[in-house]
Amino acid sequence: MSDRNERTRPTSIRTAITPDPLDRFLGRAPLGSHSDGAVLVFEGRVRDTNEGRPVARLGYEAYVDMATRELDAICREAGDRFAVGAISAAHRVGELELGDVSVVVGVAAPHRDACYAASRWVIEEIKRRLPVWKHEHYSDGESAWVGAPEAVTARLPRDSRVG
Amino acid sequence: MSRISVRTLFFGVYGELAASREGTADLPAGSTVGDLVETLRGARGHDWLPERVVVAVNQSYAETGTPLSDGDEVALIPPVAGG
Repeated sequence: MSDRNERTRPTSIRTAITPDPLDRFLGRAPLGSHSDGAVLVFEGRVRDTNEGRPVARLGYEAYVDMATRELDAICREAGDRFAVGAISAAHRVGELELGDVSVVVGVAAPHRDACYAASRWVIEEIKRRLPVWKHEHYSDGESAWVGAPEAVTARLPRDSRVG
Repeated sequence: MSRISVRTLFFGVYGELAASREGTADLPAGSTVGDLVETLRGARGHDWLPERVVVAVNQSYAETGTPLSDGDEVALIPPVAGG
């Protein structure tokens, strides 16, 4: 098969913004088709520290309607940029425990170069523009919105402010 | 001059600080995103809202000069932190 044919094949896309566990989001059916010789799955999980501070659990809030559209747009743009056969991407919302999967990006492509490049591009775009917010709960009982401007955070009641 | 009404949504840390996460704002017809932000920062008790806040109109990222129409859904978007 020529590269041209690989490029003109439409990319199959599946996305979700969901409160359900993502462990089974990709399912048992193989990602992509027999034209795809490379499959890559990226999972982001809840880590037990952030910037040196012990994290107990966290919550994700999303602007669900927009995040659904934006995640779909990110995957469609990746399909235009890279020679990939299929992209499945999902982001979890709600309360998550340590080790829970918060984001999944699955990519199938004819060759590994496009597979790695598309996977990396999709997760970076998710971090750059998906309207999702992370509320970290620390082991010491305090909590904070990750990335919130300091001048704004300073206006919160003391018990929910960054310590 | 006629007026328009838009629906406002506050998320994340903005949602915690706003009087309510969902509201409405009445503006003169022809108002832009920037005009709404100024109105919110002034008369409506949201003085903590950054001057250059990120805004989405009808679920798409918008610019300060984006014009608003009656019935638009306008979201105030804190720095995103997905992944």
